[in-house]
Amino acid sequence: MKINSNPKIRSFLIKADHIHHFYDEKEVLSNVSLTIRAKEIVTLIGPNGAGKSTLLKILLGLIPASKGKVSRQANLKIGFMPQKVQLDSSLPLTVEGFLNLANSQQPLLSRLKSLLRTEATPFQTHVIQAMTLLKIEDLAKQQIKNLSGGEFQRVLLARAIVSKPDLLVLDEPVQGVDLQGQTELYYLINQIKDELGCGILMVSHDLHVVMKSTNRVLCLNQHLCCSGHPSQLSEDPSFQKIFGNEFEELAVYEHHHNPTQCDHTHGQHSQTAEQSHGHHHD
Amino acid sequence: MIDLVLNPPNFLIMALIGGLLVALISAPLGTFMVWQKQSYFGATLAHSALLGVSLGMIMQIDLTLSILVTSVIIGVALFYLAQKSSLSSDTLLGILAHSSLALGLVLLSFQPNIQLDLMRYLFGDILSINLDDIQLLSALLVLTLLFFAKYWQSLLNITLNIELAAVEGIATKSIQLSYILLLALLIALAIKVVGILLITSLLIVPAAAAHRLSNTPEQMLGFTLVGGLISVILGLATSIGFDTPAGPSIVMVATALFLLSLLKKAQ
Repeated sequence: MKINSNPKIRSFLIKADHIHHFYDEKEVLSNVSLTIRAKEIVTLIGPNGAGKSTLLKILLGLIPASKGKVSRQANLKIGFMPQKVQLDSSLPLTVEGFLNLANSQQPLLSRLKSLLRTEATPFQTHVIQAMTLLKIEDLAKQQIKNLSGGEFQRVLLARAIVSKPDLLVLDEPVQGVDLQGQTELYYLINQIKDELGCGILMVSHDLHVVMKSTNRVLCLNQHLCCSGHPSQLSEDPSFQKIFGNEFEELAVYEHHHNPTQCDHTHGQHSQTAEQSHGHHHD
Repeated sequence: MIDLVLNPPNFLIMALIGGLLVALISAPLGTFMVWQKQSYFGATLAHSALLGVSLGMIMQIDLTLSILVTSVIIGVALFYLAQKSSLSSDTLLGILAHSSLALGLVLLSFQPNIQLDLMRYLFGDILSINLDDIQLLSALLVLTLLFFAKYWQSLLNITLNIELAAVEGIATKSIQLSYILLLALLIALAIKVVGILLITSLLIVPAAAAHRLSNTPEQMLGFTLVGGLISVILGLATSIGFDTPAGPSIVMVATALFLLSLLKKAQ
């Protein structure tokens, strides 16, 4: 079952056709096909061991799939936010320095030239724009190792958008962030989408919560067991089969919730991370 | 003593130049060794150098050459093993470090005719540095400079997060392998200066001392460079003045600098 929330056919950013992947003899991905289009937010969910990371690596081109094909739009620029990076505290690095490293492909000569010029290079302008968008200007001179979990995730997100990507790939972007920080991050991700007009592929191990403005949820458990708009998915029998009946009683993705009232339900029950203005997605 | 300074003998000049060259090359390699937590990797390469010595003696070829070749082979092998093996790299390095050291010693024992001063290799013999060593070290310095001029930022990205670096289009594998090759070459050539057992400390102690003083990776490189040069100069001076072994004296100075750096409050 495949439902596209948007009937308009847009050009795809990235497309996977019948992907199979094996580790040794064990099949970890079975016949996975998916398409991500421009300006679309897709959330990939699934239990631990479902093959989410493997699928992501294949889509990003980090590992080749055992079988199947991944096609990308020509010259597709991908911004990537890796899963909870453990930064070594022995490396002294400011937020600004970390963002500037996104430009490592720049040849030495032109980098030296840009040092001599006083006005900002286009790249430096991009860094400043990314910091403004994610509200981390005040952190620019801070050491990365001193940041809180939420701050660091915002810095990683900024790094992912510095190069103005067409597709933003976020691997568990809210992991290890408190509820308020999660809401904030989701709000910022929405803003990024509006500002850059990029497509977003987000991975989450949290089956209960997806971002409000998600156009499509893909549910992975070795194979794609179901996909659809958040509101349809929780009623899908194949979703219930895999993730249990408890969902029958919970209005999974459509639950309007007030973060101030539900700290007792942390993690176990349905919480919907809404962006603060909280309107319904059309 | 004063006469030694005013009118230094040739071997002392060679020792100083050789030591300073090693300090220069060690600075960028050592900072990355600290950042990538590779000090055990360096120790393994150094231990395997003794295997190089044994093999060189058996085959009766130039010892510097056989150490160089052995180091490079072990370095590349470690690089690929770490990617393939399911054993933790820590365990893997432990096995390789000590088995190659043991194998080297066993092989040496099969050659009763050869008198080898093991201490020279274990703790260094800086005063035996000759023009050939200086030339090799100079060539390695040029290679190192070229490598880091082009890939300093890329290697930083690889160190921070290898997947992010790969997505951003960095050739992670070949750059990391080049770094490891440079490390293997340096360790092979620097054995004369501080010896197999102390070479890792020359790589990591100045970098560790620079850590607390630095806000950026480039600053840390700068302080590491200065600390390494000071260690070599003061270490050699100590060695001459108090007739202490040169390699250990250099490491002692570096360690003193590290202890001094602890006086500065952490940021």
